[in-house]
Amino acid sequence: MTAEMGPEAGQATEAPGRQPAGGQLSGGRRRWEFLHFALRNKKLMGAATVELVFVLAALLGPTIAPYNPNAYLTTAAHLPAADLHPSAHYLMGTTYFGQDVFSQLLYGLRDSYLVGFLGALFASLVGMSIGFTAGYRGGFLDEALQLLTNIIVMIPSLVLLIVIASYLKTRGVLFEGVFIGVTTWPWVARAVRAQTFTLRERDFVDLARLSGKRGASIVLKDIAPNMASYLFLVLILLFGSSILIAANFDFLGLGPTNTISLGTMMNQSTLWSALQLHLWWWFIPPGVVITAIVAALLVANVGLDEVFNPKLRET
Amino acid sequence: MSLKVDNLRIAYRTLRGDVLAVDGVSFSIRDGEIMGLAGESGCGKSTLGNGLIFLEGRMKHVGGTVELDGHDLPIADFRAMNRHRLRDVSVIPQYAMSALNPTRKIGRIAADLLKSRGVGYEEVLEEFKRRIDLVGLPQNVLGMYPFELSGGMRQRATMVISTLLNPSLLIGDEVTSALDVSTQRAVGEMLMEFRNRQFVKSMIVITHDLSILAQIADSILIMYAGKLAEKADADTIVNNPLHPYTKALLSSLPEVGLRYDQAPLVGIPGRPPSLLHPPPGCRFRDRCPFVADKCVEEPPFVELRPGHQVACWKATGELAAVGTTATTQEAPL
Amino acid sequence: MLEIDKVSKVYRGGTFGGGLKPALRQVSFDIDKGEVVSLIGQSGSGKSTLGKIILRLVSLSAGHVKFEGADITAWEKGQLRDYYRHVQGVFQDPFSSYNPLYKADRVFEMIRSVYFPDLRGRAWEDKVESSLHSVSLNPADVLNKYPHQLSGGQQQRLLIARALLLEVRLLIADEIISMLDASTRVDVLNLLVDLKKKGLGILFITHDLSLGNYISDRSVILRDGAVVEMGDTQKVFGNPQHSYTKSLLTAVPQLHKKWEDMSPYPLEDAPAQASAAGQLPGHVGSAPAGESTVPGEASRRYSKSVLHPAHNGPWARGPAPGEGSTGQLVGAGIVDGRPAGVGGSRPSLMDTPDQPWQQRFGFGAPKLEAVIAQSAPPPLVECEDGHFVAVEDEQ
Repeated sequence: MTAEMGPEAGQATEAPGRQPAGGQLSGGRRRWEFLHFALRNKKLMGAATVELVFVLAALLGPTIAPYNPNAYLTTAAHLPAADLHPSAHYLMGTTYFGQDVFSQLLYGLRDSYLVGFLGALFASLVGMSIGFTAGYRGGFLDEALQLLTNIIVMIPSLVLLIVIASYLKTRGVLFEGVFIGVTTWPWVARAVRAQTFTLRERDFVDLARLSGKRGASIVLKDIAPNMASYLFLVLILLFGSSILIAANFDFLGLGPTNTISLGTMMNQSTLWSALQLHLWWWFIPPGVVITAIVAALLVANVGLDEVFNPKLRET
Repeated sequence: MSLKVDNLRIAYRTLRGDVLAVDGVSFSIRDGEIMGLAGESGCGKSTLGNGLIFLEGRMKHVGGTVELDGHDLPIADFRAMNRHRLRDVSVIPQYAMSALNPTRKIGRIAADLLKSRGVGYEEVLEEFKRRIDLVGLPQNVLGMYPFELSGGMRQRATMVISTLLNPSLLIGDEVTSALDVSTQRAVGEMLMEFRNRQFVKSMIVITHDLSILAQIADSILIMYAGKLAEKADADTIVNNPLHPYTKALLSSLPEVGLRYDQAPLVGIPGRPPSLLHPPPGCRFRDRCPFVADKCVEEPPFVELRPGHQVACWKATGELAAVGTTATTQEAPL
Repeated sequence: MLEIDKVSKVYRGGTFGGGLKPALRQVSFDIDKGEVVSLIGQSGSGKSTLGKIILRLVSLSAGHVKFEGADITAWEKGQLRDYYRHVQGVFQDPFSSYNPLYKADRVFEMIRSVYFPDLRGRAWEDKVESSLHSVSLNPADVLNKYPHQLSGGQQQRLLIARALLLEVRLLIADEIISMLDASTRVDVLNLLVDLKKKGLGILFITHDLSLGNYISDRSVILRDGAVVEMGDTQKVFGNPQHSYTKSLLTAVPQLHKKWEDMSPYPLEDAPAQASAAGQLPGHVGSAPAGESTVPGEASRRYSKSVLHPAHNGPWARGPAPGEGSTGQLVGAGIVDGRPAGVGGSRPSLMDTPDQPWQQRFGFGAPKLEAVIAQSAPPPLVECEDGHFVAVEDEQ
């Protein structure tokens, strides 16, 4: 008896219309299929390329930066090299103080990425734990966690930051990252909780309970992997939004006091009248770079959504 | 002839190639006939039934013709079929209960559908109300949302809307599968009543449940792995089947009143063959208790007795040896 | 072995969570060792809910479930794990019982890691293989495969094999074959018969009367959360007493008997009227007179107890004693404020009964105990030895 038919052939005989959607294929084949579609997705590839350029710039920053970003440079004539237009010497001109904008940009990229990463990390850790717990357990614990979530949402993060900043005279990147993480986890928690609710009703979760598995194990091994693509998208969005929020804070002067980031560059340029002095090379590049980074991440997000969800694909 | 299908072939496009779900199917249905289309899941019956009205994106018309009331039915051409849908051919989809837009009232759904066919709602409103009443729904159902009705009521509402323009052919795809026993009976009787009152001329009822077909169908067509196995009128199929698959199907149906110690049921071992690379010859060969050498050659779907067509060498052989007056022996399985 | 004692389950439903809907109403029966009991009911009857309550996947609102004398209702963690050693379940959709990301045999591994942590390698493989053989599966065909590579029948049997790895004494089979093909159904059904002969107790939950009849020793007929008839299968099916059971039996499609030849639904004593004629089955008998289409035909009006399960019982209306007793819009298919379909279809979302506004919005919402008390089903009387029927309202 030909019991051994190939997986797809076996699948094809069971009413082709009943073919499970892309997310239900075997693990290995699934990853291959995702990769296959990912490489063909224009949005994803384009955005990833842009992002890659910036990431490389950030990583290689210290080595390729022509000058020390904080140094007050002087011209050959021992005058401050301030307010200079972009030229061969100074690729993006200099600031009011004679610092090289290009070098600042490269170092600033690193900080922005670092804050983005830290913010995303904390937000996702906190948000996912709370979301999974509330979604899986339900009942009173869910209500309590939801209350907590709603309270955090209501607190205006800017005001909070101003208050804290007035107490902490020096602030670093870590602080900013943690702060962003701690104030943006609510939407992660909500999203994860909603998905967990749906997945919790599935039969295989019941089966896991009938096998005596404990809640944490079920969440980690059964529920979370089924949301993997969703969680991945959440991470990317968090990353992008952390960078943007950090830039906002930095622009207002609430950012790290001891380093340069893209936001602090914009802050400095505005404070020191770059707009009035038409020093466009000082405030436009950081703005453009932040926009590019975040936009690329969002476009990549859309592209990934198409990759993970077969129904959105064009073919 | 109300419907005439000739050598129809429909395939599914998959990543691994085309799967021929309907492989050379020919049959015809007279006016006023309710034909049951039965078979296991994956045999192609849903593809066949739905293909007659709506070929989905992944489905591909590979060959064969369909003729309805003397005119060619252009099933491969989505736009051309629009003229025929709802007027000449209509369908009651599987899970009809979920086929209604939950954000629209029933009357509005019907109105939209009719408008898309160029029929004014007011013109048919009178008849619509009459039929609503006929199936036992309250008049105010037209102003209700689907979630306000129970499953059985939604099923009936869908049936009325589908048949509003008196189509020649009605395709019912597993209409009774998700229903309770008493609603099943009501829906089955309703289908027959629709035919009796000539709301529809002929019907194809697709199901895996032969006992429902025994009740409501005039003739039954059994499909297996994309090909036709047997076609005859309902009584013959139930009492005198010729194809081994039909016999096996019948003996696997439990009847009320029979217990396992009195009449143990027998299943059919194995699985249907892969349609991606179908084996040559008779497709039931791997699971057939009567398989012989000749079965490597594909048996033609021939009329062995008037109105009774079978695709099986054994059936042909049997009859040829004994003569046309012989009754089929209930060969032990 | 398993004793279900006045189990009730009430869900919050209706707008703003104010309404309380009883899904199970004081259901009681028991299952002995090695006995197959079929729990028969149509959709909305609460049979799946009861199965999940027994499996402790859903909590109950009132009553007790006792396994071998011990009340398991409050068991947690360690005790629950022991309970699952003896009581397991298999569900309706075989495919969704598997996590699609992992191979099918992960279900075995889950059992091993909790119940047999010391058993590894060859010893475990042997155990798995012998379990597979006892469900007539060839290990080479099913091990190391992903769920979508297996057929429905194989998936279900694999799940049964999983249950057999433990010392299971009771299997809750919730519509396990309704999604399988006719030919594979029989194999799984016969497997259950074999297991029963080896001493396994089974609660066979189904809506299909012929299956219940085929396999079970005793049957329990459930309607709208309450038991209407129960007892020895042959007695219940051979000599049904309750009108609901009778109506179900006449509606089952059979191969060799036409519906017309079976006794029709229990009819009301409506004389053949010229009016209300030509009504199709399922008609609620609305037209008292007058709305006739084809005069001169007999009216067929169906017993309310068949078509309007919500009809009996004040609980359908909620605790509002001042309101009229019936007030049904029978013709509108809405009974006691609840839309109802033919033959026990599930009531819809909008079936919060007409209640005073306070109750609808949760203030002064009826308490759980009150709802349970009010929704109490009619009592069961023993009409024959081992055959119980619920007392029916006289209409």
